[in-house]
Amino acid sequence: MSSAHFQYVLRLGDNALVLGQRLSEWCGHSPFLEEDIAMANTALDHIGRARMLLSHAGAIEGRGRDEDALAYLRDEREFGNFLVCELPNGDYAFTLVRQYLLDVYHQLLFEALTASADEELAAIAAKAVKEAAYHARRSGDWVLRFGDGTDESQARAQAALDELWSYTGELCTPDAVDEAMQAAGIAPDLEQLAARWREIVEAHLAAATLSVPPADWQAGGGREGLHTEHMGRLLAEMQFVQRAYPGLNW
Amino acid sequence: MSKQHLPLWEVFVRSRRGLDHKHIGSLHAADAEQALLAARDTYTRRQEGVSIWVVRSSDIHASQFEDEGAFFEPAADKVYRHPTFYDVPEELKL
Repeated sequence: MSSAHFQYVLRLGDNALVLGQRLSEWCGHSPFLEEDIAMANTALDHIGRARMLLSHAGAIEGRGRDEDALAYLRDEREFGNFLVCELPNGDYAFTLVRQYLLDVYHQLLFEALTASADEELAAIAAKAVKEAAYHARRSGDWVLRFGDGTDESQARAQAALDELWSYTGELCTPDAVDEAMQAAGIAPDLEQLAARWREIVEAHLAAATLSVPPADWQAGGGREGLHTEHMGRLLAEMQFVQRAYPGLNW
Repeated sequence: MSKQHLPLWEVFVRSRRGLDHKHIGSLHAADAEQALLAARDTYTRRQEGVSIWVVRSSDIHASQFEDEGAFFEPAADKVYRHPTFYDVPEELKL
């Protein structure tokens, strides 16, 4: 039970950390200055969220690992983030369509987690839900612009959605950890949440003239530590300094 | 980064309830919603505000430098326009 609890919070932290790392890659490269600032803000929001969640996970584990130990000193197989978070950024449409799918998901999830039996997690969720609502508004705005924009932006957004949709199965399918946490009153009913997520996302995609792809296959394994080929490179970049100079501070 | 510029917007932020919106800067955005979101991310991420206005810069009609003489200098020698020639009752003095 306490191991499932650790896993559950750790996974939430890993999603935030890995997505934050990906978003931060845009810093200095976004299409225009205002977007660059907004994207870096969003990346920092995710990293801030990861810090709170990983610290809490370390406390639950009770083996003296802090947020830094969990972020910088674990290997690929020990990360439990959804695969979709680690996929390379692609073009701007890909980054923002992914962001929209995850922002709405996180908004619903953190809203539900404010009622968690884990009070610390409920407090973290109460902070995260506000920024998640803003993120969803921002990425949702871009999804509309791309989808209902020019032929080129529409085609790029649709191509992004076609690829990303196959990675959303993980978000919506409870595994043993989710079920144990739901039974303990720590996590919400994921199937219910997923149904609500689909409803919101599908309506918005329709408004953006994007069509929801058939769910013919679904990638999975992120939660069990079975990652895509992209994860190793991401970790190598993120963890390099701490691996090369253990305990370095500045 | 793109070399093409989107329309320019002026940003006004109210820092606290009860205060006026103040001009804080400008930014580029495709439309009002995007300008509002960009203003939030550019100008209020260190708790600077509780409300934001964005206005298309082209919608602001401004006095020009060469208007300075005609507009503002005539006021310089009209001290009687300042309410300093009236006796203010004691009760009204703050």
